[in-house]
Amino acid sequence: MPIRIITTHLEFEGQISEQRVVMEGEEPAVWGPEAELAVVGKVTPRVDGRERVTGSAQYAYDVQLPGMLVAAGLRSPHPHARIVRIDASRAETAPGVRAVYHHFNTGDLNNPSNDRPVFGDELLYQGDLVAVAIAETKEQAQDALALIAVEYEPLPFVVDQRAALAADAPKVSTTYEHNTIPEGFPQTYERGDLDAGFVQADVTVEAQLSTPTALHNSMETHGGVAQWDGRTLTIWSSTQDVYGVRRGVASALGLQQNQVRAIKQYMGGGFGNKFGAHHSGLVAAYAAYTLGRPVKYMLSREEENLAAGNRPETIQTYRIGAKKDGTLTAIEQHTIGNVGAIGSWFSPVAMATKELYQCANIRTVDEAARTNLGTQASFRAPGVVEGTAGLEVALDQLAAALGMDPLELRRKNYAERHQALDRPYSRKLLLEAYRLGAERIGWAERDHEERRYPQGRDGYLRRGIGMASQLWGGDGGPPAQAIAKLLPDGTAVILTGTQDIGTGTRTVLAQIAAEELGLPLEQVRVELGDTEFGVFSPPSGGSMTLASVGPAVRMAAAEARKELVEVVAQLSEAPTDALDVRDGHIFSRETGKEMGAIGSFLELLDGHEITAKGMRGPNAENMSVRTFGAQFAEVEVDIGTGRVRVLRIVAVHDCGRIVNPLTFSSQIEGGIIQGLGFALMEQRIVDQRLGAVLNANLENYKVPTIRDIPQIDIILLDQPNVHANTIGALGAGEPPIIPTPGAIANAVAHALGRPVKALPLTPDRVLDLLNS
Amino acid sequence: MADTSETAAAPRTHVSLQVNGTTREVDIEPRRTLLSVLRDDLSLTGAKPGCEMGNCGACTVLLDGEAVYSCLTLAVECTGREITTIEGLSASGELDPVQQAFIAHDALQCGFCTPGQILAMKALFATNPHPDDETIERAMSGNICRCGAYPKILAAARALAGTQAAQQ
Repeated sequence: MPIRIITTHLEFEGQISEQRVVMEGEEPAVWGPEAELAVVGKVTPRVDGRERVTGSAQYAYDVQLPGMLVAAGLRSPHPHARIVRIDASRAETAPGVRAVYHHFNTGDLNNPSNDRPVFGDELLYQGDLVAVAIAETKEQAQDALALIAVEYEPLPFVVDQRAALAADAPKVSTTYEHNTIPEGFPQTYERGDLDAGFVQADVTVEAQLSTPTALHNSMETHGGVAQWDGRTLTIWSSTQDVYGVRRGVASALGLQQNQVRAIKQYMGGGFGNKFGAHHSGLVAAYAAYTLGRPVKYMLSREEENLAAGNRPETIQTYRIGAKKDGTLTAIEQHTIGNVGAIGSWFSPVAMATKELYQCANIRTVDEAARTNLGTQASFRAPGVVEGTAGLEVALDQLAAALGMDPLELRRKNYAERHQALDRPYSRKLLLEAYRLGAERIGWAERDHEERRYPQGRDGYLRRGIGMASQLWGGDGGPPAQAIAKLLPDGTAVILTGTQDIGTGTRTVLAQIAAEELGLPLEQVRVELGDTEFGVFSPPSGGSMTLASVGPAVRMAAAEARKELVEVVAQLSEAPTDALDVRDGHIFSRETGKEMGAIGSFLELLDGHEITAKGMRGPNAENMSVRTFGAQFAEVEVDIGTGRVRVLRIVAVHDCGRIVNPLTFSSQIEGGIIQGLGFALMEQRIVDQRLGAVLNANLENYKVPTIRDIPQIDIILLDQPNVHANTIGALGAGEPPIIPTPGAIANAVAHALGRPVKALPLTPDRVLDLLNS
Repeated sequence: MADTSETAAAPRTHVSLQVNGTTREVDIEPRRTLLSVLRDDLSLTGAKPGCEMGNCGACTVLLDGEAVYSCLTLAVECTGREITTIEGLSASGELDPVQQAFIAHDALQCGFCTPGQILAMKALFATNPHPDDETIERAMSGNICRCGAYPKILAAARALAGTQAAQQ
């Protein structure tokens, strides 16, 4: 098969990059709106449901190997300190202890993801890694930590992001010249003429929104189990990215990539911060390699919440100008983000401002403050959750200043094109989303007296309705590969190197393969999450998995089907175009007669397996393929207690074709619920005087429980996007979390008649708002 | 040479546990939690360590039919009591109705908290076959699902309760 190298463009979490894609053969034609599909698009319970409900699904945490040792980590109690001396001798001789690693004996172990030593001698935040004990049991490893004597020299620290940017602030690290990301910050984006835009404005509003540091709190913490057998370093990792784990471990240990195998069968949530090998995986791999015994290192919940990433807090200020009729003339956004101790990038907090509404004159400035706190990591639509909330809150304040309906203001400034890149969208169904959502929530009655005051004006309850829009990528792209194999009994195995991080990837890929192969779903098995037996797939992030890997699986299946038909044609002496494959059987197109099961033909080939390759083709050029959506929230606020209850969320998202409405709705609900947590309760709390995190656990860091859940109405658009890829589907992981906090904040502002200035809207903050 | 009081092996005690209908004998340090014994000594890894301080519910198992956090339960406390883990729910090979409802309603995403959720719901239905929404929510509120499968967990419970048609 001739090879072609095509240059295409890829968007990942707000960044556009050029990508070369190697194509062999042709992708099948797009499944358009007219395609009649039997498996794709149908409500399909997960193909791995049984494993997940019986406890047989093996997570990294569950891997147990003969002779396995267990690690426990000692963490810095100081926000900033130098390690003067470590005496680990008592720990090293404690029962069961096989090794204690720290700066003075393992200083050369490098973390390739940040190019820093895993065990440094300067600790940059409370929770920074000091030492790891490796012992026969977890209890022995934990006991050993108390026997490690560490002499610290505390250093000046700063945890407040504004304070960190002051000229005379303590340096977060003695190696830093200043406390900002050295390259590219402050980051400024500009188009049009901002001053002229404000001159044209009849009304100008200023608004602000502070958003909290949110902790991912995946139910399974970071970590893994590593084993070195003298030939292969195998690591079972809780990861969104097996190839990143392989790369990181090989680099840190100086092994070839073909000596490292990364496996992830099941993982307990990631939400964006489980890319790469992570220091937990590197330590496990190093220990296994050095000691010759399998080693498990899973972080404790406290380690996870101090040292495994977060959605960084932001302080956002907006100035927006508009004409009397609502036409936007200028938007200025300034953001300070707290990227933590070694943050090297800052999330795209200005994506919504640049693109969501039509406006010629824009300036956004992002400042990134490093502080003596745990470093940020991507977290489900990083930056865009925070930035969308800020912009949407500001826009509602503009609507109030104009005396205009907030939804009308958004319609008035509808952006038909991608303004920052000056090119068309492949399609945009946002007006349709507004219409459907407004109708379902009862937007027209949002100011009715009986709806606003369910107990009358003398009662304690106030209700409000707010909305917010959503813009995100989710179009994925190459490279992503798949192999389809038809076995002698007529069943199929699909090999990919992707991950199912709980989104239902195994199931939708099986549906796509079954559809294309003409097999019942039960006869298709999807293998993933293994660098040794899979083929390259991208990390499971950026809502890109389905739109990247799905088309590769479809092409592999289509190629396998072609070869099958060829084989059957030769065996039965019929022309290929006379044959059809359905439900695992071959049919004559002419007579409609069944000619036999697929296996009955393949069995004649003495064990031959049909093996075909598929790959994701290039992205559409000269247009932007985006997901758009809108959410509407109705809330009830108790003005006596300050408690906010979300009564209802209506969600309308265009994610192209819905391959599985069951798992799609699970994604939408899950995003909304995390967005609700961000809006109402989630926040890392830091003692500014001590530089200590006070709630690095699941008791005082509040996440939603089943009692916090509103009624969630999902309106399916379910229309294939024919420009996106051959299956017409886009990602749905991140879109649903994006508008929820803004919609809830606007609903609370509507209920109280006061502008919201900070999230989360905890009762104390709501009472302050009422007293302001 | 280290202090012997700290390096001496901790004393062990013999415990006989009834797990999923079978007697399992273990020699363990008295401080060991039920969760760690189930996972590390008996290779029953369905119960998950989510926080190991009783905040998340991922380690939920049944103790004499009641849902408990196995990370807060000492194994030595469980002598003579009936322990049921997720592995015991489908020991015959057939899934329990609660497990079936979780699959049918997609009441899970990553699945890490799922064994705990299922056992918490199992305990609820053992005492109350027709709970209303309030009762369901109270019974399930000690089990965190970070993926946010709650609406579908509620739908699964409603379907089992027969009080309301399945929502999904």
